[in-house]
Amino acid sequence: MLAVEARTRLGDLDLGAAFEVGDSECLALAGPSGAGKTSLLRVAAGLLRPSRGTVRCGSQTWLDTERGIDLPPDRRRVGFLFQDYALFGHLSAWRNVAYGIAGVTRAERRSRAHQLLERFGLADRADARPATLSGGERQRVALARAVAREPELLLLDEPLSALDASTRARSSRALTELIGDAGVPAVIVTHDFEEAALLADRIAVIAAGSVVQTGTATELAAAPGSTFVADLTGAVVMTGAARARGDLTVVELEGGGSVTSTDSATGPVAVTVHPWEISLEPEDSDQAGSARNRIDVRVTSVTTVGNRVRVGLMGPQPMVAELTTPGAAGLALSPGTRAVAAFKATATRLVAR
Amino acid sequence: MSRGAAFTGALVLALAVVLAFLTLPLVAIFLDVGPGDLVASLDDPGSVDALLLSVEVTAIALIVIVALGTPAAWLLATRSFPGRSVAITLVELPLVVPPAVAGIGLLAALGPQGLLGDALEQAGVELVFQTAGVVVALVFVASPFYVRQALAAFTALDPSLIEASRTLGAGDVRTFLRVALPGARAGLVAGGALAWGRALGEFGATLVFAGSLTGVTQTAPLAIYERFSADFTGALALSAVLVAASGAILLAVKPAGGSRVLGDARG
Repeated sequence: MLAVEARTRLGDLDLGAAFEVGDSECLALAGPSGAGKTSLLRVAAGLLRPSRGTVRCGSQTWLDTERGIDLPPDRRRVGFLFQDYALFGHLSAWRNVAYGIAGVTRAERRSRAHQLLERFGLADRADARPATLSGGERQRVALARAVAREPELLLLDEPLSALDASTRARSSRALTELIGDAGVPAVIVTHDFEEAALLADRIAVIAAGSVVQTGTATELAAAPGSTFVADLTGAVVMTGAARARGDLTVVELEGGGSVTSTDSATGPVAVTVHPWEISLEPEDSDQAGSARNRIDVRVTSVTTVGNRVRVGLMGPQPMVAELTTPGAAGLALSPGTRAVAAFKATATRLVAR
Repeated sequence: MSRGAAFTGALVLALAVVLAFLTLPLVAIFLDVGPGDLVASLDDPGSVDALLLSVEVTAIALIVIVALGTPAAWLLATRSFPGRSVAITLVELPLVVPPAVAGIGLLAALGPQGLLGDALEQAGVELVFQTAGVVVALVFVASPFYVRQALAAFTALDPSLIEASRTLGAGDVRTFLRVALPGARAGLVAGGALAWGRALGEFGATLVFAGSLTGVTQTAPLAIYERFSADFTGALALSAVLVAASGAILLAVKPAGGSRVLGDARG
């Protein structure tokens, strides 16, 4: 069990956040860059001393500014994965891993380091220098090194961001396994909601130095507590003014048009809807369908992502729709094409502003 | 001829003049007297003594500079404290002090009548007209070359390497020895070579502070000065050895591969 509480000023940022992570649990600190996520990791590791705060891990107190306790990083058993991996360039892969193993004979250190590399599928790269390793191999060496000390806490800073798309999928499976095996609290920092959803049990959304909402990925996507959280989850966010109409709510959008929602709210709100809930129809189509919301839009961009196509749209406010590749092909979309964006009232969430 | 071509022509001419001016004296040392005469005049025991003394004192000075300069540079690179920038400026001071002034300053501080003269005498330390005095002069003038370079090399280290070492259970000392020193090795070696080159050519401060006693304080540059009116060939021979040594230092320090041209970095 890890409990962190920190309050400190970093340049323009007022960091003031608290979070807890259970044993074998993985918490993601998600938010835009500069929000203070990495600083919170550094507080936990002892690399950054907040002006006020506490860090407790298991039964030990690593930091308590009121009681004057501040263990240096080398006395906190932390496995820290740095964003750029921070491998020692002058040491071979196995010596990098062995660096953190202490209190055993040389032969023992050597064989343990080799065992760890083998576990990460790097047995044949043990003597290679970091510069000759691929990005994915470097990450696995760094992971092996981080767990070599048998840490009581895993801290992973943007573990997937430096990898290309194909390595990411494999690496994320290895990470999930590793976190599960370690049986200790794990904290991941990421700016990518999908990555957080993939790796973590719970997500704490960080904005401007504070935790704004905590929950599972599903909870956050289904009920974002603020426009900011909705935006982070990748939802389309449109602003407007809400008023009740019957048992539904109508939001008059800024910039024209309106959206009907099954959520209830009045006054200034943000309407959120996920891109995969939005379908596109040709401009002149008059098919009614069950979608209550039909907004005239112009296509601004068409991007293929795997088997999906993300279509950037400009209506009263910018939107994004996600279609299947054949679905998009049938519409012959290109920038400038006019279309109708349709989505059901039940797909929308209203967040007060 | 276009203005662009004329400008390029002017640049080429300027570079040609600079190169000719800088290399001509060095080339002349080797061309003025035949190689046979050069080698023969090195047989002079005085010349050999001067060269050996130069090797000895510059080696000792370099050891002192590295042993004290490395931890000092690490402190300056890793800790912020009041007066840090003043300390950095003070470290660089000998770079701009004329060597003769450095010699006078050393006399005023460490000479028999100097500030610490009595204390040194009681401790039984004699520097003036002694080989140890030459080492003191060399350390004074050459240390900034090493400390500056070491400071630059340490500050250029990726801070996450230091932090990684700490999170892996290594304390301050082990991190310094196992991560910082190897990581900054190239810069430290370059700084050492520069300091050695400066010490090898040192003249003014040594002459003023330690004198020019054959076999005791007369290093190669001082021997060249003593010789050049009476035995020009001998002076040339010693000079040729120093030029060769300096050239070797420069080659050792120069990184392999060409240096970057402005704009190269833009892909």
